[in-house]
Amino acid sequence: MNDADDPHGLYDADRPLRLGCSCGAHASASEHAADLARSMATTELRARSETAAFEAESRRFVEASLIKALFPEDSVRRNFLRAVGQRTAMAAIGSVLPIASLQAMAQEAGKPGTLEKKDLKIGFIPITCATPLIMAKPLGFYERQGLNVEVVKTAGWALIRDKMLNKEYDATHFLSPMPLAISMGVGSNATPMRVATIQNTNGQAITLHVKHKDKRDPKQWKGFKFAVPFEFSMHNFLLRYYVAEAGLNPDTDIQIRVVPPPEMVANLRAGNLDGFLGPDPFNQRAVFEEVGFLHLLTKDLWDGHPCCAFGTSAEFIQAHPNTFAALYRAVLTAAAMARKAENRELIAKVISPQAYLNQPETVVNQVLTGRFADGLGGVKNVPNRADFDPMPWQSMAVWMLTQMQRWGYVKGDVNYKQIAEQVFLLTDAKKHMASLGMKPPAGAYPKFTIMGRVFDPEKAKAYADSFAIRRAAA
Amino acid sequence: MNATLNTQGFKAGMLSALLLLLILGVWHIATTGPATPAAAPAVTMTAEQIEYAKLMGKDPTAGAAPAAAKSGFPTLSQMGAVIVKHASEPFYDNGPNDKGVGLQLGYSLGRVALGFGLAALVAIPLGFVIGMSPLIYRALDPFIQVLKPISPLAWMPLALYTIKDSNISGVFVIFICSIWPMLINTAFGVAGVRREWLNVARTLEVPPLRKAFEVILPAAAPTILTGMRISMGIAWLVIVAAEMLVGGTGIGYFVWNEWNNLSLPNVIFAILVIGVVGMLLDLMFARLQRAVTYVD
Repeated sequence: MNDADDPHGLYDADRPLRLGCSCGAHASASEHAADLARSMATTELRARSETAAFEAESRRFVEASLIKALFPEDSVRRNFLRAVGQRTAMAAIGSVLPIASLQAMAQEAGKPGTLEKKDLKIGFIPITCATPLIMAKPLGFYERQGLNVEVVKTAGWALIRDKMLNKEYDATHFLSPMPLAISMGVGSNATPMRVATIQNTNGQAITLHVKHKDKRDPKQWKGFKFAVPFEFSMHNFLLRYYVAEAGLNPDTDIQIRVVPPPEMVANLRAGNLDGFLGPDPFNQRAVFEEVGFLHLLTKDLWDGHPCCAFGTSAEFIQAHPNTFAALYRAVLTAAAMARKAENRELIAKVISPQAYLNQPETVVNQVLTGRFADGLGGVKNVPNRADFDPMPWQSMAVWMLTQMQRWGYVKGDVNYKQIAEQVFLLTDAKKHMASLGMKPPAGAYPKFTIMGRVFDPEKAKAYADSFAIRRAAA
Repeated sequence: MNATLNTQGFKAGMLSALLLLLILGVWHIATTGPATPAAAPAVTMTAEQIEYAKLMGKDPTAGAAPAAAKSGFPTLSQMGAVIVKHASEPFYDNGPNDKGVGLQLGYSLGRVALGFGLAALVAIPLGFVIGMSPLIYRALDPFIQVLKPISPLAWMPLALYTIKDSNISGVFVIFICSIWPMLINTAFGVAGVRREWLNVARTLEVPPLRKAFEVILPAAAPTILTGMRISMGIAWLVIVAAEMLVGGTGIGYFVWNEWNNLSLPNVIFAILVIGVVGMLLDLMFARLQRAVTYVD
């Protein structure tokens, strides 16, 4: 590299970097260095994503996510493969999901004729849940699929919902219960929404104000004011579940308000809130600001719970199947990258600047790497504090529906599986399979455990009715 | 007369400058008070304590380096640095979520201009009609009285739902908040045009359109301009709140985005900018108002 390329000696190993910003574009040397580190992180991650090994891996990852969505239970998958033969199964899987021509798409990416729509707007809320969706932009994953995507920061979930209904956004970052609620017409007009993939698992926490350091037992929380990001959120359902297990009625013993995540820390500091069950990085930010501490990570309530999702309207998928497939690939490629621990530190650098999360890098870094200050003077190491596992989820959708029923958001009987499968794209897949003369796989509903209580999706109604603390449906 | 005015103006200016210095002085003293006693020096801390402090954004190994106020109230010099930073590149554009403050102001002013302009197009002709016809005035009065006190932001959910576009909804909110003062003032001004002038016009058999433009409009112009000035003040108040609600672009979004990051210096900077721009807008209308004022 000669001087003309590098007049300020930024890349000169023999000279120290000058104090004061040498390129003139930044107010201080530290800012300049941060910018440089950021662009280097972007370059490094891009390079990592362009290796043949990663490309093969991400392709497998995309395929595996699809198959896991169809066959959440492994025994079912194996039986199915044995019954129809591997080749037929592959062909069938390839043809059933709306992401049908996924592999073909991968090879044709970039050819303009194949995409129905190339300029897309995707909404996001500035939280770490949206990591794959955000990082796909600076790392060029959308471009690589031939898409020109604008990721737009949005002020709150209600606005996300409205802008999706308005069609201002083509696709969006959702809270995973939101597409269920919108599709059912709860809290909005019924508009069929579809979920392409779960964005992230775990990664939320209950943060309490520092003045409550001695009140670690939820039984002492009577009269507390809590915030959740939205009514139809895992946060709301998990907080309600948690306090109800401790014997408090979330509707009468505590107050739960909806506060957009970015405003939670400011409200906590102002004393408007005693705590919140919110998304990161705001839990960690509250610790960083010394106004709150991490009471517990939601991972400790239900390890591997889904949180946010990536989705769009049924209408969009129908009109733009190839575009949707390309989007799906881009986001899943990013998820494959974000899952790896060794990438997390760099990703924190890429997504923390103003255009995305707008948070101090160290805060985002602590969330993603899982080595963090807990606000009580300790350093914790929880590598799976946040993960980006696009796992199967119609069974979890059924759980969300039981909780919506439990707290009176939906009245009467709910056809859990029908709604779950429709929103999670399985209905079309199964119909297609049946028309091909194949028996759609059953038993796609594994059980899981939340705070020691086993949830069996096959007995959802009984489960929903089994809670002592609930809001009686009118 | 002139001399006393001048000295009075000079005195007032001095007093303003003194007040400003006082405010800055209080600010300076309040923010640079005795530094909070530094945490135990690095040598006496365990490795975990050091790491904890680092994760909390304080580096005990960095010696006496002041623990940067993370989101506290900025000192004067920090504030100055922020102002210089924004002023040095007001028009940068790093994609949809990160734009210079000049561009954001441009978006806000554009929305205000559009909403305000549309409101003027509706309010002034309608105000004319209402002002000239006591019957219509009395018929519309109940509607105006009910709609006028509604906070324009209360319209936002309805606007988003029906208009289905957040940008246009923002413009609509400006429209709805700036229409009332203009409407009422126009009606008031038109109704208050002196009888004699109208009578003269009638005697001279001036056609109605000409009467409106050449007699009533100039006569009512000062009152109409007053309405427009009030409207503009309200519109500028509301746009910030509306943009904080809807987001995307604009100075209100800038405030919201910096609030997310709990960055008080940037928020204070935005507040100053909003104040200065509001003042300039008001001055502009004051000028216009003076231009159309007449002495009978």
